[in-house]
Amino acid sequence: MIRLSFGDRVMTVTIYIILTLLAFMTFYPFWNALVISFNAGIDTAMGGVTFWPRAWTLENYGIVFKDERLVGAFFVSIARTVVGTVASILFTAILAYGISKKELMGRKFYMILCIITMYFSGGLIPSFLLIRELHLMNTFWVFIIPSLISVWNMIIFRTFFQGLPAGLEESAKIDGSGNWGIFFRIVVPLSGPVIATLSLFTAVFHWNDWFGPSIYITNEKLLPIQTMLKQILNSNIVSDQMSQLDSAAQGQMAKMRTVTSKSLSMATMMVATIPIIMVYPFVQKYFVKGVLVGSLKE
Amino acid sequence: MAQLSIDEELIRKPKTKNAFVRFAKQLDIQMMVLPALLLIIVFSYIPMYGVLMAFQDYSIFKGFMASEWVGLKHFEMFFNSPEFFKVMRNTVIISLLKFCIGFPAPIVLALMLNEVKNMMFKRLVQTVSYLPHFMSWVIVAGLIMSMLSTDNGSVNILLEKMNFIEEPINFLSLPEMFWSILVSTGVWKEIGFGSIVYLAAIASIDPSMYEAASMDGASKFKQIFLITLPSIMPVVLIFMILAIGNLLNAGFEDILLLAVNPVLRDVSDVIDTYVYRVGIQSSRYSYATAVGLFKAVISVGLLTMANYLARRAGSSLW
Repeated sequence: MIRLSFGDRVMTVTIYIILTLLAFMTFYPFWNALVISFNAGIDTAMGGVTFWPRAWTLENYGIVFKDERLVGAFFVSIARTVVGTVASILFTAILAYGISKKELMGRKFYMILCIITMYFSGGLIPSFLLIRELHLMNTFWVFIIPSLISVWNMIIFRTFFQGLPAGLEESAKIDGSGNWGIFFRIVVPLSGPVIATLSLFTAVFHWNDWFGPSIYITNEKLLPIQTMLKQILNSNIVSDQMSQLDSAAQGQMAKMRTVTSKSLSMATMMVATIPIIMVYPFVQKYFVKGVLVGSLKE
Repeated sequence: MAQLSIDEELIRKPKTKNAFVRFAKQLDIQMMVLPALLLIIVFSYIPMYGVLMAFQDYSIFKGFMASEWVGLKHFEMFFNSPEFFKVMRNTVIISLLKFCIGFPAPIVLALMLNEVKNMMFKRLVQTVSYLPHFMSWVIVAGLIMSMLSTDNGSVNILLEKMNFIEEPINFLSLPEMFWSILVSTGVWKEIGFGSIVYLAAIASIDPSMYEAASMDGASKFKQIFLITLPSIMPVVLIFMILAIGNLLNAGFEDILLLAVNPVLRDVSDVIDTYVYRVGIQSSRYSYATAVGLFKAVISVGLLTMANYLARRAGSSLW
């Protein structure tokens, strides 16, 4: 055992202090938002609410869950995440399985076609006009169809499928299974971990997407929670500056005197965060592997 | 001899020479691939082709096919517009700031995490620091606004407690603070996640190198610079090339969400947000596409240059 020198010890202590500060600075904003969401809004406005709620209340959440627009947006987000993830993983895996077949004619060309899209895109405006030309604006399908195929996921799937033992497929072929049968009965059941990893990433993408809906959706009933939250936060800024609330919020204020736009938006934010926090342990378990697979493919 | 390079598959089944017959025989696999490729062509390649409208006076009524070709008119308009200087300045400054601070930050974090021997503590720091990466920009912007707000914002509370300020400051309405806020927010969100690849690279270093170095009396600090950093240099370089290619992506979602206050327009407008503003909000489609294309061309140039330099330096760097 080599004894640590004085300099080494100073460095170790400094590192521990910096990392503790970093962890605190990362965690505190989430914690503070959670605290404010459980604190009476009027009380928060007096300032000084930091680590613990001072005037504990569930009123903020009560109003959020009574607001039909927000509950609707929450369900739009859930529907979009579930349908979008299942469809995207299925279609992407099928494409990847086809491309993993060595006998596929035009394999190289198909692959190049896919890879080019990772580096080049038409950009915002042509994509926007295309979506409009296809009459996907203000439909649920605008969440699903344009992101159905993920080339990145396809490459990870393909690498995984190529690593599967060839003998399994051979024996299924002798038993008379076609490629589709092999895919669904043999390949998919063997791909549990990789499907789980990529599903989690895809689900996080779908849950978090707010920009797409903000340009493609004008019908309020179809807005997902993130886009709705963005509108709430922006109106919050305005009200911060002009002490002006929209009429709906004012109506609620009259009934419930203790909430403010800030406490309400923090509660909404927590509702929009909870699904991510819930899947986070699983994401964390898998994602290191996922990131590594991706970076090794450089 | 060239014949030998023919696909094994062909050698095994020399009977099916006709491409058409072969294709029909593997129709089931082709049907796995073709619908997906059709989607890719529609949603990726048609917009790429649509970029050509940067050279048109695109009108929704005439459509892409019938719109008039106007050459470089929109590019000239952009270069001569009063916005040009401002937008380019903001883009370059913000992306350089993000590159200079945001790129090394995860490397430093990985180096620090690597020195932590207490596994519980290490896992805790990792778990917490990865979290913001998985939050949408809306949530992150909401948290930052809440932290910086004058209404119970924790930053203002802290500064007041420490007697640095008398009155709460509305940070997000001060143009001189905006770049710092933007860059710090970006680092805050991505530092943890960005460190994963570097931690993985560090983990693959041969531990006997450290043993030999400490035998020779090298301090931990010296080991970082003489062993760890040079060992992860290849990975750093790859990510640096990618970062240079992204240099003009000064930010989009973060700026849209954090620069809500119109007084920030002069310091917050970058190419991407400008494209959004003139294209989506003012419906000047051709002009906005031209601006976006201008950016894409520079980005490709930067990426090619970075790649070239890295290749040339390749042998001498490791």
